Amino acid sequence: MTRKPDVAIDDPTDFSAVERRLGVSRRTFLKFCTGIAASFGLGTQAAMAMAKAIASPMRPPVIWLHGQECTGPTESLLRSEQPSFEHLILDLISLDYHQTLDAGAGHRVEEIKREAMKKHHGKYLLVIEGAIPTAQNGIFCKIGGQTMMDATREAAEGAAAIVAFGSCASWGGVQSASPNPTGATGAPQFLQGKTVVTIPGCPPNPANFLGTVLYFVTYGKLPPIDDKGRPKWAYGRLIHENCYRRPHFDAGRFATQFGDEGHRQGWCLYKLGCKGPETYNNCPSLEYNNIGGNVWPIGVGHPCFGCSEQGTGFNKPMFSLAEVKTHTPPNAFPNIADRQEPASSTVAAAAAVAGAVVGVLLGATAATGKKLDGKQETSQSGDKGA
Amino acid sequence: MDRRNFFKASLGATVASAAAVASTGARARPNLDPAPEAVGMLFDATLCVGCKACVTKCKEVNGMPPVPMGGDVHADFALDLSAQTLNVIKIHTEGKGAVKDALADGFAFEKRSCMHCVDPGCVSVCPVKALIRHPRTGIVGYDADVCIGCRTCMTGCPYNVPQYDYNDAFGKIHKCQMCNQKGVERIDKGMMTGCAEACPTGATLFGTRTALLEEAKRRMALKPGEVYNYPRGDIRKPDSFHEKAAPEYQRTVWGEKEAGGTNVMHLSSIPYDKLGMPPLPERSYASISEGVQSTLYSYLALPAIALGGFTWLVKRNTESDRKGGQE
Amino acid sequence: MNHRYQALDNRPLFTPFFLLMLAIAAIGAVFLVIRFVTGIGTVANLSGGYPWGIWVVYDIVVGTALACGGYALAVTVYLFNKGKYHPLIRPALATSLLGYGFAALGAFVDMGRYWNAYNMFLPWQMNTHSVMLEVGLCVATYVLVLAIEFSPTVLEWLRRQTGWQMKADAWRGRLDKMLFFFIALGILLPTMHQSSLGSFLIAMGYKVHPLWQTLHIQPLLAVLSAFTMGFAIVIFEGSLLTTGFKRHPETHLFSGLGRIIMGLISAFLVIRFAYLAIAGKLGAMFALDLGSLMFWIETALFAYPLAVLASPVKRENGRHLLFAAVSMLLAGSLYRFDAFLITYNPGPGYSYFPALPELIMTVATIATEIALYLFIIKKFPVLPREEHAAA
Repeated sequence: MTRKPDVAIDDPTDFSAVERRLGVSRRTFLKFCTGIAASFGLGTQAAMAMAKAIASPMRPPVIWLHGQECTGPTESLLRSEQPSFEHLILDLISLDYHQTLDAGAGHRVEEIKREAMKKHHGKYLLVIEGAIPTAQNGIFCKIGGQTMMDATREAAEGAAAIVAFGSCASWGGVQSASPNPTGATGAPQFLQGKTVVTIPGCPPNPANFLGTVLYFVTYGKLPPIDDKGRPKWAYGRLIHENCYRRPHFDAGRFATQFGDEGHRQGWCLYKLGCKGPETYNNCPSLEYNNIGGNVWPIGVGHPCFGCSEQGTGFNKPMFSLAEVKTHTPPNAFPNIADRQEPASSTVAAAAAVAGAVVGVLLGATAATGKKLDGKQETSQSGDKGA
Repeated sequence: MDRRNFFKASLGATVASAAAVASTGARARPNLDPAPEAVGMLFDATLCVGCKACVTKCKEVNGMPPVPMGGDVHADFALDLSAQTLNVIKIHTEGKGAVKDALADGFAFEKRSCMHCVDPGCVSVCPVKALIRHPRTGIVGYDADVCIGCRTCMTGCPYNVPQYDYNDAFGKIHKCQMCNQKGVERIDKGMMTGCAEACPTGATLFGTRTALLEEAKRRMALKPGEVYNYPRGDIRKPDSFHEKAAPEYQRTVWGEKEAGGTNVMHLSSIPYDKLGMPPLPERSYASISEGVQSTLYSYLALPAIALGGFTWLVKRNTESDRKGGQE
Repeated sequence: MNHRYQALDNRPLFTPFFLLMLAIAAIGAVFLVIRFVTGIGTVANLSGGYPWGIWVVYDIVVGTALACGGYALAVTVYLFNKGKYHPLIRPALATSLLGYGFAALGAFVDMGRYWNAYNMFLPWQMNTHSVMLEVGLCVATYVLVLAIEFSPTVLEWLRRQTGWQMKADAWRGRLDKMLFFFIALGILLPTMHQSSLGSFLIAMGYKVHPLWQTLHIQPLLAVLSAFTMGFAIVIFEGSLLTTGFKRHPETHLFSGLGRIIMGLISAFLVIRFAYLAIAGKLGAMFALDLGSLMFWIETALFAYPLAVLASPVKRENGRHLLFAAVSMLLAGSLYRFDAFLITYNPGPGYSYFPALPELIMTVATIATEIALYLFIIKKFPVLPREEHAAA
C-alpha cells in the first residue's frame, strides 16, 4: 500500500520548521536521517526522502495497545536521546491512544480510542506491546473490562499496518515461559492471516522501531521482513556474526567463570552460556542507550540470553550452551579430504624426464636386439666346469 | 626344460608355497589387548561446534606454530595434520550443508589426531622402537633420539597420522602424544589432555578407555531427542555438564574394534567413512605382518636351517675348485 | 694363474657415453647436497600420504631386484650345480654389488634421520617384528657378502700390481677355503630380504590395491619375481655387453636361463591368479579402473616372455631372448611400482608424482652405477677372456 504525502513542501531543502519543532540544528537533523538510512543499508537519497517525510506535516494516526507487558519497549523508546527522540516520534505520528503516555484516563480514553479507530478506519498504524493471554477466554489481561484478545482483534480490523513491539508482542515473551499458565501468545500467532511486523527484544532496541516506522512513513510500505515478521535490516544476522568478541570465539579463548582471568580480558562468553550464536538481532552494531562505549549485555561482560529469540529467551537456561547456528567467515574449515602439501610444480618436467628414460631403455633394447640378430653363434663363451 | 629340472623347480615352488601357507596359520598373533590402565578420548562429532579451541590449545601445549592461510600470519588455518599441526578440525558437507549432523544437505565436524591404536601399526613396523605403546596407559609415544626417519610408520598407520617434517634438514616425526611427551607429561601429572580441557561442549572427553566406551554405549542407547546431561572435561570427574537433546547416533563407536580398536574413539551421526575413516577389518594389519615375520624369522630358526642346507650343498659343489686351485 | 677372465683394458675409459654418465651423476650430486642442507622437501614431492616415493621404490625395492643377478646365478651354479653358467657370474656380481651398494646409499639419502641409523644395529633397540629392520640388516650384510664374493676378482687384479703378487695369492688362498660359506650366505640373504621387501606391503593394509594386496603370500611373490628378474638382468646386460663391446654372443647360455625364466614366470602367474581367485578378487581385474589397467599391462609383460620363449627356435635367438628378458624386467619393476606407488591409495586427497630433482637424483644413481660398471669391467678381470673377435 503506497501513500503520497497529502501536502507538498514548497522548498524541499528548507527544514527550518522541523528544526524549530525538534530544537535541533539542520546539520544534526540531516546527520540523524543519514544515520537511520545507513542502518537500512540505504544511501543519502533515502536519507533525504526520510528527512522530507519527517518535515511533512502528514502524521499517520497510531493506536498503541498494551497487553501483558512491563512497558519496557515504551520506556526504552523514551530513553532515547538524539535528538529529542520522544518529540520526534510524537511529531512524526499522531499517537491517538497510548495507555502510558495519554494524559487522560478511564472510560473516556477508551472512547477516544474507538472514535479514532472509526474515523481513521483502514489508515491507522496499530502498535501492540505485550503478550495476549488466551487461556480461559483471555481473562488474565483486561483493560476497561475488555480482554486483550478482543481489544486486539477489534483494533486489528481497521489497521493499515500492525507492528508488534517487543518480544512479548512478537512471540509471547516472559509470560509464555513454560508452563505458560495464561496461554500468552504473540500478536502474529494470535492474528492468524494478518501481516504483523515484529520488533522483538526485551527490551527491543528503540532504533529498530523508529527505523521501521520511518521507513513506513517515507515509503508508505513496510521494510522487507523475514518469515517471523522481523525487519531483515535489523534482525537478518545472528549476534554471533557481528559480535566484537567473535575473534576470541574463533581462537578458542573463553571466560569460564565470572571474574576469572578470561572474563577480565574480555574473552568470549560462549562457555558462560551466551546465546549470541543462536539469536538474531543487531545489538552488537547499535548497542543500547546511545552512549557508545560498548554498552550492551555482552559488552558489559554478561552473556546474551537470547531475549529477542523465540525458543531461546525465557526458554533455554541462562547458562546452558547455545547452538551455533552458522559459521560465517573467517571461521572456515578444511574439508575431510583437504591435505597440507601441494604437489611440486616440477611434476610436468619430471614426467618428461621419466618418459625419456623409458624411451632410452626401449630404444637401447631395440638397437641391441637388431645387432644381436646379425651375430653368429660361436662356442667361445665356454663351459669351464665346476 | 627337461624332466629333472622341472621336478626340481616344482619341488622348490611347493616348498616355498608350503612355507607361505604355513605362515598364514602358524604363529599368527591375534590383535593386542588394550593396555591395563588405558587412557583415551571420546570425540562426539554431534557435540562439536567447530570452535577450534582444541586446535589452539594443542598448539599451545605442544609449542607448535600456526599455519597461516596465505599471507595472513595471524590466522591459523591448518588444512590437515602436518609437522606443525597435531590436531585439526575438519568439516564434512553434503548438498547444501545447512543442517548440522544431518545426512541430507547436512554438515558435520570431525577431529583428527593420533588415534592411539590398541594394536598400533606404527609401533609394529618401526625398526628401532622409536614408536612405542606405553605398557600401562597405552599411549603411543615417539622418541626422536632413536628415530632413523625411514617413515615406515607413516605407511603402517591406517589414519596417516605421523607426519615427517620434510622441510627440516633434521626433521622428526610429529604426532599427538596425548600431551604426555617428555617436557609436557600432563597425563603423568594427573591432568587431562589439552584438547579435552579446552573443549567447551565436551565433544572431546578424556578418561579411561573403559569408562569412555561405557559412556559411548550409553549415548548410543539414548532415544533421539531424549535430553541427556553431557559431561565436559574428564569423564571420571567432569568439571561441568550441559543438557542437550541426543541425536541419532551411528550404530557403532569408531575405535571399539576397528583394526583392533583405538584409545581415541569417535561417535557420530554421519557414517564414519564420510568423515574420512578408512575401511578397516577387525584384524589389524600389524598382527598379520608380525605373524608372517615371526613364522619366517622367529629365533632365526628357518634361516639357520636353510643356511646349513645351502652351505652343505655349496661346499659339496665347490669341492673340486678348492682341490684344483683357484676357480 | 688364471687367464679365464680379462679386464677390457684395451678400451678407453673416457668415452663420450661414459662422460655423459658422469655429467648426469654430477647434476644428481648437486641435488644431493641440496637435499642434505635444506631437507628432503626441497627436492622431493613426498607427503603425509606418500612418505615413500621413487627413492624407496626404485632405488631400493626395484633396484635391488634388478641386482639379483648374483643371487640367481649363485643358486643355479652353486646349488643346482650348473657349472656351464659360471662365466656369467663375475659380471653379475659386479652388477649386484653396484646395485645393492647404491640401494644402501639411496636408503641413507632417503632416511630422514640418517645419523641415527646405527640404532638398527643395537640389539636392545631392535624391534624384531619390524620388516624394515630385517631389510636394513639383511641388505647391509649382503653388501658385505657381495664384496667378499667379488674379492677374488679384485685379488686377481691386485696380484698383477707390482709387489703385490705374494700377498694377493696368500689372501686368495685363505679366501678360497671359506668362500663356500659366503656363497651360501649370498643365497640365503637375498631370499630373506627380497621376500621382506614384499612383506612391507602387508602392514600397509587397505592402502595397497586389492590386486596387489596378497597379504600372507607377499613374501613369496616378491622373492619369486626378484629371483626371476635376476636371470633376466643377466641376459639383458650380457646382450648389451655383446653388442657394445663386439663380443661373442652367449646365446646358448641365455637360452638355458630363458627356460628357467619361463618356469619361474609360470609359477608366479599361477600362484598370483590362484590367490586372487581364492580371495575373491577376480572381479577387480575387470573393474575398468587404473588398477585393472595396470594389472593387465603387468600381466602382459609377464606373459610375453612365455609366449616368445615357448618356441624352441626363438629360444635360441639372441634378439628374442633379449626382448623376453626386458619384458620380464619391466614386468617385475612395474609389479613393484604398481603395488607401492601407482595403484597405492592412502586415502582421498593424496597424490604423488616425483619432483624433477627427485627423479634426476634417481637417474643420476643409475648413471653412476653404469659409469662404475664400465670402469670395473675395463680395469678388473670380470669378463671372460675371448681369443677370437666375433665376426
